Amino acid sequence: MRASDLLHPRPEGLYCPPGDFFIDPVRPVNRALITHGHSDHARSGHRSVLATQQTLDIMGLRYGEDFAEARQAAALGETITLNDVTVTFHPAGHVLGSAQIAVEHKGMRIVASGDYKRQKDATCLPFEPVKCDVFITEATFGLPVFRHPPDTEEIARLLKSAAQFPERSHLVGAYALGKAQRVMRLLRDGGYDKPIYIHGALTKLSEYYQSQGIDLGTLEPATVDSGGKQDFTGAIVVGPPSAFADRWARRFPDPISCFASGWMRIRQRAKQGGVELPLIISDHADWDELIATIKETGAGEIWVTHGREEALVRWCDLEGIAARPLHLVGYEDEGD
Amino acid sequence: MNRFAELLDRLVLTPSRNGKLTLLVDYFRSVEDPDRGLALAAITGDLNIAAVKPAMLRTLVTERMDPVLFGYSYDYVGDLAETVSLVWPQTPGHIPNREPTLGDVVAKLQAASRSDGPKVLAGLLDSAGISARFAIIKLVTGGLRIGVSARLAKQALADFGKVDVAEIEELWHGLTPPYIELFAWLEGKADKPQKTALALFSPVMLSNPVGDGDLEKLDPADYAAEWKWDGIRVQAVCEGGVRRLYSRTGDDVSGAFPDLAEAMNFSAALDGELLVGEPAATGTFSDLQQRLNRKSVTPKIQQQYPAFMRCYDALQIDGEDLRALPFAERRKRLETFIKTLDPSRFDLSPFVEFPDWQTLEELRRAPPHPIIEGVMLKRWDSPYVAGRPKGPWFKWKRDPHTVDAVLMYAQRGHGKRSSFYSDYTFGVWSGPEGAEELVPVGKAYFGFTDEELKQIDKFVRDNTVERFGPVRSVRADRKQGLVLEVAFEGLNRSTRHKSGVAMRFPRISRLRWDKPTAEADRIETLQALLDR
Repeated sequence: MRASDLLHPRPEGLYCPPGDFFIDPVRPVNRALITHGHSDHARSGHRSVLATQQTLDIMGLRYGEDFAEARQAAALGETITLNDVTVTFHPAGHVLGSAQIAVEHKGMRIVASGDYKRQKDATCLPFEPVKCDVFITEATFGLPVFRHPPDTEEIARLLKSAAQFPERSHLVGAYALGKAQRVMRLLRDGGYDKPIYIHGALTKLSEYYQSQGIDLGTLEPATVDSGGKQDFTGAIVVGPPSAFADRWARRFPDPISCFASGWMRIRQRAKQGGVELPLIISDHADWDELIATIKETGAGEIWVTHGREEALVRWCDLEGIAARPLHLVGYEDEGD
Repeated sequence: MNRFAELLDRLVLTPSRNGKLTLLVDYFRSVEDPDRGLALAAITGDLNIAAVKPAMLRTLVTERMDPVLFGYSYDYVGDLAETVSLVWPQTPGHIPNREPTLGDVVAKLQAASRSDGPKVLAGLLDSAGISARFAIIKLVTGGLRIGVSARLAKQALADFGKVDVAEIEELWHGLTPPYIELFAWLEGKADKPQKTALALFSPVMLSNPVGDGDLEKLDPADYAAEWKWDGIRVQAVCEGGVRRLYSRTGDDVSGAFPDLAEAMNFSAALDGELLVGEPAATGTFSDLQQRLNRKSVTPKIQQQYPAFMRCYDALQIDGEDLRALPFAERRKRLETFIKTLDPSRFDLSPFVEFPDWQTLEELRRAPPHPIIEGVMLKRWDSPYVAGRPKGPWFKWKRDPHTVDAVLMYAQRGHGKRSSFYSDYTFGVWSGPEGAEELVPVGKAYFGFTDEELKQIDKFVRDNTVERFGPVRSVRADRKQGLVLEVAFEGLNRSTRHKSGVAMRFPRISRLRWDKPTAEADRIETLQALLDR
C-alpha cells in the first residue's frame, strides 16, 4: 500500500482511512488520537479521544471533564487495534504525557511524532526513536540557525541576573503547559530554593505536575493581597508571556522581563518583544536534533509539517532522503 | 570570550542606564586583565582590528555549508553577523580544549596580515561557541552597536573604582588598551596613573538652570552675561605639538572637524562652542547638522560649512594653568590671547550688557540670532571648577516652543514601564480643509507625571484601533482623540520624516483633554518656525 493511503491530510486534520481516525484534528471528529495537551493539538468537542492518561488528564483540566463523550487511555508501548490498523504510543519528550503515535497497517509503519525534543527534560519522559517507513516530523525550528543551548546554561544566566539585580523582580514568560513547569524544575535543579511566584493561569497545571511526582518546590500565587510591591523584590515570577504586557505586571517592582522560548535565539525577536533577558529554552527539537532524529528513525520518507518545511526538505534532498511538506492547517507556527 | 559575549548580549537588550552600569561594573569586577581592558576598548571604540568585509564573511560560511540553507537562514534572521554565528558548522566531535579568551582573539586578529585574515577568522570561529562567534564577528566587522557610549563606559569605571568620572575623563587620552594601570588604580592596588601624555582633557565646568526665585537673590553686578550658543561644547587643547579637540565628555572629535583642528596652532586649552559658518555670519543649527555624525568629512562639506570656535574661557595659556583665577581675569587673558589666532576660526563670545534682570529677561526672549538658545550668567569672581557647582554659572534658556498635537501611536515602555504604553508618537494636521490628515511630527516618552501616565495608558487601551507588536495605533480623527501639548527646543528640517521636520528634545508638557482634536495645530505652524 502507499503511505498516503494510510495517512493523509484532510481539512479536519491528519486522517487514517483504514482505521477511521484522525490524529490531532483541529475540528471536532468522531475519533481523535491526541499526541499531547497543547491547545492547538488537543481540542475539545471530539466524540471519542484516545491519548495517554496524562494527556487525557490535562485535557480534563483545560476543558472540563466532559471534553469528549468517550475517553480511552493508551499505555506507552501498548498495541491498540482500531479496525485492522494497529497503533502504539511512544514518548515524545515534548511535555508531560506527550507521545508519538505509530500507525501500522499491512507492513507499512508511519510515525506521527507530534511535537518533540531530544534535550533532557526532568518533567517528562525522553523521546524514544521508533523505526518506521515514514516519519512525520514537526519543523517549528527547522532552520540551521536554531540551535538550543543546554537549558542549564540558560537557567544559570537567570540566576546570575537575579543575584545581580536583587532590588528588581524577574518575570519569566513561559507557556502554561510544559515550559513553565520545566523552568521551575530547572530553577530547583539550579539550587534556587526560594518560593517561585506564579500567575493564576499556571496553578492547576503546576499542581497536576506536582501530583505526578514532579517536584517544583514551593509555589506561591503572585497576588498582591498579602502586601505591596516590596513583596516581590528579588522574586522570580513565572507566568504566561501575554500576562507581562498586561496591567497584571504592574504589581512588580522594576521588573526584568525574561522569556523562555526557542525563538529567543534570534536577537531581533527578543528586542521587538521588549525582552531584556531571553532564555533559549525550547520544548521543540532544534535543527541538530531534527536531522539526528530523521536519521535515527531510518525512515525512507519524511513528511515535514508545521514550521519551516523548506529547509528541512532541502536538507533531506541533499542527504538523498525522500521528503515533502505535509500541509496541515490550524497549528500555531508561533508556538513555544 | 564567553563572558564578553554575554556582556554584549545583555547590554544590547537592557534599556535602562543603571542596568547597563550594573552589568559593566560586574564585568570589570569579575573579569581579569587584559580581557576586561580589551572589552572596555572594544566598547569605547579604541580597539584597532583590521576590518573584515561582509562579503568575505559570506564566502567563508558558504564554503562550509549548503548555500541554499544559508540563504534560507539569512533571509529569516536578517543580520549577517548573527546568521553566520548561528549556522557556522562545528566539526563533529571537535570540542576545543579551551575556548579562546578575548585576549587570545584580539591578539590573533591583530597579528593577522591582510592576506591571512580570513583564515585566522575562520580558525577562531571553529574554536568558539555561538555567542562567542557572534562577539568575534562583531569585533571584526566593526561597530558593536550595543547602546553604550564611551561616556557611559567611563561612568561604569568611575562606579567600579568609586572615583569621580571627571578623574577618568582627565586621564583617558593618556591611556591605552588594555588599561592595566587604570584598573590597578581603580581596584586600589596601585597609585593613580600619572598624566604623562600631552594635550589631555580637563573636565568642563557646567551650569545650572535658573530656577524660580533664583535671580531675586542675586545681584546683577556680580554676574557677566553671554549669549548661550546652541552649538557643540568643545575644548581645544594644544600642547607640545599635540592638538586635540574634545567634546564636553572628553571624546576626541578632532577627526570630524579637521578644518578647525588644522587652525589650532597655539599652546593653550580653550573652552567654547563649536559653530559653523564664519564668525561674522554664524550658521543655523541645520547648518551645524551638516557636520554631525558623518563618517567622512569631504573638502566640499568643509568649505560649505566651515567649523569655527566661539571661545568663552581659557583654562591654560602657554603652560600656565588659569583655572584658579577669577572669571574676570581669565576672560581678560582670553581677550588678549584670541587676537593671536586665526580670526576665521576663533572668535570671542561677546558679553551681553544689562543693568538689571528685567532688561536681561527682555533680551533673552528676543535673541538676535536663531542659534542662540538663551543667556549664560557667570559670576565675575568664579574659578573654573569641574562639574556643576551651584551658584557660579547659570543657564537661562529661551522658553520652549509648544505645539498642540494629536496622539497617534503608543508603544510599551521598558522596565518599570513595561506594562504601560509610555512612548507616544503624535501628529499635526496637514492637507486641504475638509480632507485633513494627521502627519506624525515626533515622539516623546517623558514630561508627564505618573498619574498622567496612567491616564494616557488607559486612553490607549480603551481607544486602540490596531496593534503592531508592542505598538498600538489609537483613535485619532477630527472628532475623537487625545490632544497633547508638546514642548520642544527647536526644529530641524528632515528628509527622513514624512512631515519634513524633526523636533529637538520633545516632551509632553500638558494633556489637553479639554481640546477637540480638530483644533490641534497644523503642519504650517511648524513650517513657519523652520523658516524663521
